[in-house]
Amino acid sequence: MDPQIIIARRVAQELKSGNLVNLGIGIPTLVANYVPADLKVFFQSENGLIGTGPIPEQGMAHPLLTDAGGRPISALPGAATFDSAMSFGLIRGGHVDVTVLGGLQVDAHGRLANWMIPGKMVPGMGGAMDLVSGAKRVIVAMQHAAKGKPKIVKKCNLPLTSARPVHLVVTDMAVIGFADGKATLLETAPGISVAEVMAVTEAELVVPDDIPEMKI
Amino acid sequence: MMRAVSVEEAVAMIPAGASVMVGGFMGVGTPERLLDELVRQQKTGLSLICNDAATPGKGVGKLFDATLVSRLTATHIGLNPKAQQQMLANQINIDLVPQGSFVERIRAGGCGLGGVLTPTGVGTLVADGKRLIEVDGEPFLLETAIRAQFALVHAFLADYLGNLTYALTARNFNPIMAMAADTVIVTAEHIVPVGVIAPDHVITPAPLVDYLITNG
Repeated sequence: MDPQIIIARRVAQELKSGNLVNLGIGIPTLVANYVPADLKVFFQSENGLIGTGPIPEQGMAHPLLTDAGGRPISALPGAATFDSAMSFGLIRGGHVDVTVLGGLQVDAHGRLANWMIPGKMVPGMGGAMDLVSGAKRVIVAMQHAAKGKPKIVKKCNLPLTSARPVHLVVTDMAVIGFADGKATLLETAPGISVAEVMAVTEAELVVPDDIPEMKI
Repeated sequence: MMRAVSVEEAVAMIPAGASVMVGGFMGVGTPERLLDELVRQQKTGLSLICNDAATPGKGVGKLFDATLVSRLTATHIGLNPKAQQQMLANQINIDLVPQGSFVERIRAGGCGLGGVLTPTGVGTLVADGKRLIEVDGEPFLLETAIRAQFALVHAFLADYLGNLTYALTARNFNPIMAMAADTVIVTAEHIVPVGVIAPDHVITPAPLVDYLITNG
């Protein structure tokens, strides 16, 4: 299975009926494709919409209805639109139940770096810092390693997105939690051993006796 | 009292080097005609306050195409390579702000507040040079208010008095910015008689609007 699809499928299992969810760009966007049809989840787009729907069919797009990247989207029945102060009030105020974000690095305590590579890529943080500071639950969806180089590190050498730790990291190899402030291996991906995960994880991992396999 | 003017007349009032906040999110909900006219009248050295730099040829992206911006306060410029180049070449001075703090700073500027206290950015590069204030044992950053000489706003409906409504995700920063500038200039998709917009549906009340650009 494609690594990105493994991640998206596993993250989708974290969403519960009635949740207000904000998905970041990249792998997180794919999560919406794997939410069971009977699960009623509200997706927020931070440019001012709750109830984002699929990309409209050819010729049905509206120029004033877009996602945070400016691409045309649709709105589901029951959708609501609002200004940016409301949108970030929802985010910072703890009204968003789950946010799923991409990551460049996560440290041993769960602190995320995902908004800049000094001297190389300085796009700006957009809404990422508010999402990590304010969402009830923060899930990072990312590849476990970049070309063999660990992304779950002892200490981030990239600028942090927030001092607040994330709750869960889901990768193509493992699920890692941060209860008690320590990176803890919770699950491994199908066909991946604990030793293989350890080999590409720089941060010290707490490894419980029983590590179940992801059910995807 | 709101006055209806041509786009040429409105932009002639904006001096080179002015501070200008522009509504819109990735060019959606942006007063394109005012931007085209800023380019035509070559208003250089602008201090621009806008969520993002849009993309070349679209929204405020046109101001970067014409190198009219000397200072930018924004949350994200990653989708405009020209703005990135001008930043890296030190042609523009950029202040990157988390999106939730960006909108609250403008809201504060429009509401007579000195600033806001936010948890966003605590313990990150964003906190550099800012005051950290503890409230009930929790750390917050003091983010100061932002105002501008001009706000360029795009509405969906404007009535003859200047009452405004917005559509879908084109609302974003527009009603917030309409509070936070000395002079508010508005373009609207449709100009309608007074009464077409019901009192409950007015989002920006007429007394906030100084100039409405005539259509056609």
